[in-house]
Amino acid sequence: MRVRKNIATSDEGFIFNPTTGDSFSANTIGAEIINLLKKDLALKEVADIICDKYDVDRSLFERDLEDFTLQLKDYSILE
Amino acid sequence: MEKQRYERPIIVKMNTGLMNKFGTKSENEPVTNIESVPVKSLLKNYGSPLFVISEKQIRRNYQNAVRIFKTRYPKVQFAWSYKTNYMNAVCRIFHQEGSWAEVVSGFEYDKALYNGVSGNKIIFNGPDKSDEDLIKAAKNNSLIHIDHYDELYSLIRLSEEYKLKPRVAIRVNMDTGIYPKWDRFGFNFENGQAWNALTRIINSENLELVGIHCHIGTFMLSPGAYTIAARNLCELAWSLKERFGKMVQYIDLGGGFPSTNTLKGAYLPGIDTVPSLDQFADAITDVILGYGFRQEELPLLILETGRALIDDAGYILGTVLATKRLSDGRRATIMDFGLNSLFTSLWYEHKISPAQKLGNQTEEMVMFGPLCMNIDIVRESITMPMLQKGDQVVVHKVGAYNMTQWMQFITLRPNIVLIDNENNTHIIRKAENLGYIQQLEEVPEHLKKPKV
Ligand SMILES: Cc1ncc(COP(=O)(O)O)c(C=O)c1O
Repeated sequence: MRVRKNIATSDEGFIFNPTTGDSFSANTIGAEIINLLKKDLALKEVADIICDKYDVDRSLFERDLEDFTLQLKDYSILE
Repeated sequence: MEKQRYERPIIVKMNTGLMNKFGTKSENEPVTNIESVPVKSLLKNYGSPLFVISEKQIRRNYQNAVRIFKTRYPKVQFAWSYKTNYMNAVCRIFHQEGSWAEVVSGFEYDKALYNGVSGNKIIFNGPDKSDEDLIKAAKNNSLIHIDHYDELYSLIRLSEEYKLKPRVAIRVNMDTGIYPKWDRFGFNFENGQAWNALTRIINSENLELVGIHCHIGTFMLSPGAYTIAARNLCELAWSLKERFGKMVQYIDLGGGFPSTNTLKGAYLPGIDTVPSLDQFADAITDVILGYGFRQEELPLLILETGRALIDDAGYILGTVLATKRLSDGRRATIMDFGLNSLFTSLWYEHKISPAQKLGNQTEEMVMFGPLCMNIDIVRESITMPMLQKGDQVVVHKVGAYNMTQWMQFITLRPNIVLIDNENNTHIIRKAENLGYIQQLEEVPEHLKKPKV
């Protein structure tokens, strides 16, 4: 699960896909996750980091993360 | 270190240049109180979902409507349309304010009597009146609005048989330029049927013709349609006067004024597009005042306004049961109320507000009810802050038709609470329970010992 090479992201959650010309906006956690995935972290590691930082039940977050990555694939942000 | 508040990660595609027709900022402002009662405590004390009605708003609406018409026309009488909301407490607020009752069935008629309305202030409309209904209404001096010839002849027969002198009007249907035409109720104006029915009544021994009625449709967006309706009724009244020297006591223009809800498919919110009550009042009163009647023979103007007087006084409060993603990628939120309680979600894009402060991030979603049916959709597309299980919402302007057309399907109907003028809360209809639902059921003897 990798973020496509040419995807541009900003810390504010603005995401641009030059291949398709689509732009997206993510919330803070969404942007954080994309940045972690860009560093090639595994989903488990992403979950470790987020659950450490935010007040969230791990199983709930894993569900949200799965849903989020499905969307990223849908938008061709993940390969 | 304390952990930060979590919010589900989301990403939305930006469509540059396209205005989002739905979620405006203000729509997502949390609504934490109804009048001054906290939504949280309402839900905690009375359960979720919950209907809430504001007495103050009903009285405000009523007094406003009366003022609008009475400042334009000397003789105005409202009659509360029972079918719009016949909770007894609601009806009694209208009656306290001076409203008569408008009913369309024996059941509603009895309800009006129970609510203390005297017989001569009950208008009995509709195509379904049994002989017993007609006899009772005639004995009580109610205003019987005849819908069809079968009813007219029944009433003539009954009045002879029982020596009654019923006070009657006819319902007239007509072409007001509105499509679809409501021509299944009453007697047609254009083809002369209405005139014939009026003549038949005048020539009858026992029936006393007191008025002429029409109800041209509901959620009417055109004041011009009322101009036509008022003119046609005046024309009939004028002809009666000329021909028989008899002036009717009243002209009843029915209901139909819109509330400020947003109709499905409308591009702009109802609050910006719906004509004001003043415009409808102008349309109607200009015609009657300008028709040429002498001051002392001006007919009483009766209005059977329903939804415009109650819609914005009613709310349904509810709770998110779950959120999920649909196979096509859309976000879905499942609420604990659906089409069963909120019948009007078939017509309206109801405004829905979060009941607590949520993050700034919004997302578009489908809002479903809890029923195991595909049609159970509260909003097909709504942009809201990110909702999670347990979050609470306020649906606005649900006072009309929901508490009468609701369905007891799969689950039980919730409490209805009235917030009075002093912000005290009162249950005006208790949440249903299994015993209530089953009290009319009977199990045949041979099925009493199930073999399971
Ligand atoms: C005869 C009659 N009068 C009054 C009303 C109330 O209409 P509204 O709620 O549109 O004002 C109705 C509703 O359909 C009706 O049938």
